[in-house]
Amino acid sequence: MNKRNLILYIAILTATVIAPFLFPDFRTQLATLWLMIIVALTWDMTGGQMGYNSLGNIFFYGTGMYVAAVIAIGLVYDVGAYTDAAGGQIFIFTEAQYFSGLFLGVIGAGLFCSVTAVVIGYLTFGLRGPYFAIGTLGVAIAAGELVSNWDWVGGGQGIALPVYPGDFDIGKLLFYYLFAGVGVVLFIFLKWLYSTRFGEAINAIRDDEEKAEAMGLHTLRYKLTTWAMAAFFVGMVGAISAFQLIHFEPLETAYQTINLGIFMVVCVLLGGKGTLWGPVVGAILFHVFKEVTWNYLLGWQWVALGALIVVTVVYFQDGIMGWLMHRRPEWFGIRVEEKDTAGA
Amino acid sequence: MEQILGNISLLFEFPVVNIKIILDGIMIGALFALAAYGLALVWGVMNVKNLAQGDFVIAGGYLAWWLANQGMPALLGVPVAFIIMWGIGWVVYKLVISRVIERDLFTSLLATFGLAIMIAQILNLLFGSDTQSIQLQYDTLYFLGGFVDIPIAKLIGVLLAAVLAAGVIIFMKTSRMGQAIRATAQDARAARVLGINTEKVYAFTFSLNSAICGAAGAIIVMVWVIQPFYGITYSIRAFVIVTAAGLGNLPGVIAAGLGIGTAELYGAHIFGIGYQQAVAVVLLLMVLLYRLIQQRRVRQSLQ
Repeated sequence: MNKRNLILYIAILTATVIAPFLFPDFRTQLATLWLMIIVALTWDMTGGQMGYNSLGNIFFYGTGMYVAAVIAIGLVYDVGAYTDAAGGQIFIFTEAQYFSGLFLGVIGAGLFCSVTAVVIGYLTFGLRGPYFAIGTLGVAIAAGELVSNWDWVGGGQGIALPVYPGDFDIGKLLFYYLFAGVGVVLFIFLKWLYSTRFGEAINAIRDDEEKAEAMGLHTLRYKLTTWAMAAFFVGMVGAISAFQLIHFEPLETAYQTINLGIFMVVCVLLGGKGTLWGPVVGAILFHVFKEVTWNYLLGWQWVALGALIVVTVVYFQDGIMGWLMHRRPEWFGIRVEEKDTAGA
Repeated sequence: MEQILGNISLLFEFPVVNIKIILDGIMIGALFALAAYGLALVWGVMNVKNLAQGDFVIAGGYLAWWLANQGMPALLGVPVAFIIMWGIGWVVYKLVISRVIERDLFTSLLATFGLAIMIAQILNLLFGSDTQSIQLQYDTLYFLGGFVDIPIAKLIGVLLAAVLAAGVIIFMKTSRMGQAIRATAQDARAARVLGINTEKVYAFTFSLNSAICGAAGAIIVMVWVIQPFYGITYSIRAFVIVTAAGLGNLPGVIAAGLGIGTAELYGAHIFGIGYQQAVAVVLLLMVLLYRLIQQRRVRQSLQ
């Protein structure tokens, strides 16, 4: 890593740490921004780097929420009685119970989602191209429908988690740093992962799966590992979201297929898929666009968003990073031979 | 669990319940099959997976509903929706679809997903999010001691769907344009070499699909209810049907459409009405898994 990059990374890290103090009114917004960055980065692991366009990664987000809720509540009370009570009975969580629930819930959600990813992946990774997208979308929709009929976890009304025991503002700060921490860890992890042989292998699967298999790669094992890693992080941020939102319900918040489930794909496409920085840039731009339209185009915000999706996908599919890579290849260490540019 | 078993035993105790479910299922399924046929057409001819299929249906429904409120006879809404949705389909093709045909398959899926969001929201802004329907003043027929009821309106709806389907099939089999469409579906390059303007064929096919969906929607608004966000449910069912039946397999599409309508109502009867949507989606997953296992035997992948 050269000196210029090091200074850049330190600047970004510093900005991450002090951002909630610079903009104290936007702490929840900034936390959501990190959430978008994380889900975009994890989507790019399979979609951009491995060539498997999943529309069902939101499944892990929702499942993470529910697993965290069940763990946090189940540590102290009976979950069925808790969801059944509907305000008639008062459940009290002490500070120690809250934090142990938060910690175990987040870790447990990540692990559980990894395991589910392996199981679902084993069944669906034989599907290619659009069938994989439709199949995973089906998994997410079906999960939402089934959970909304499952009374043990609150059914269609959803489930409410304990409120952060301390000061409200400190709670917001805590959730911001939880999201940001997961995001930074994920980014460093991916930067390392894409530089290893594993990264090369999943790129090979994207470029030509038959050839990769013929070269002796056990493709299914790579695919399952990648998806399980993505699911681990999505499950964790789902769990953190659950604690941040306090109350959530299955169809609109947890398994929000047409909101976050599609946003993460658009973020990646906007930024440029198959690059490390693309999802980050795309998520930031998308989040800003979304907030601006939500504030100034109220009522038409969804139309604007749909138009953004169509325009991005149809006219601008390489994304910002792809466009930059095309215009300024030297920034990415790609050497263009003089002869080629002259010929083209 | 006991409730589920009770519901199942009810089916055996009173066989007449089965007849009612099957008849209702066929009536719903006929309209699903119509939307699915349009999807299979577009999918087969230009390899575009249209996730906005259901939203075209709902848009056609709202057109017919709005025109009926302006005092037009309700039944006239079907041909009018057909014509207007034809135009809308053509515009959508020129603006969006024509640019995604040559691209990879995920592109069309996402682009039409964006379209679906836009159409649903525009309908929501124009007409509000309440459910709407056209009330037709017809009687209801009763059979088997009043257990089985068939509103004449639904009967007319199914009849219209059948007429529309038959018309499209005859058109595809006999006309020059139908021949050109089938030739393009078989091999677009060869068709181009032989002097078929495939660009025109694509535009025609997509407009035809949109028109079929619009007419289906105009029928649906007469026999059930529509709402701006119901589109996705029709899209999912269309995908289930086409995935199960395969492309270019018209009898298969019709059979799968009727079968899914029936299976869904059985699911709703046995597990409760809340599971109706879940049954359709789980069916989609089961179909995909079945195809996967089928393909795995010869070590191929679904492309």
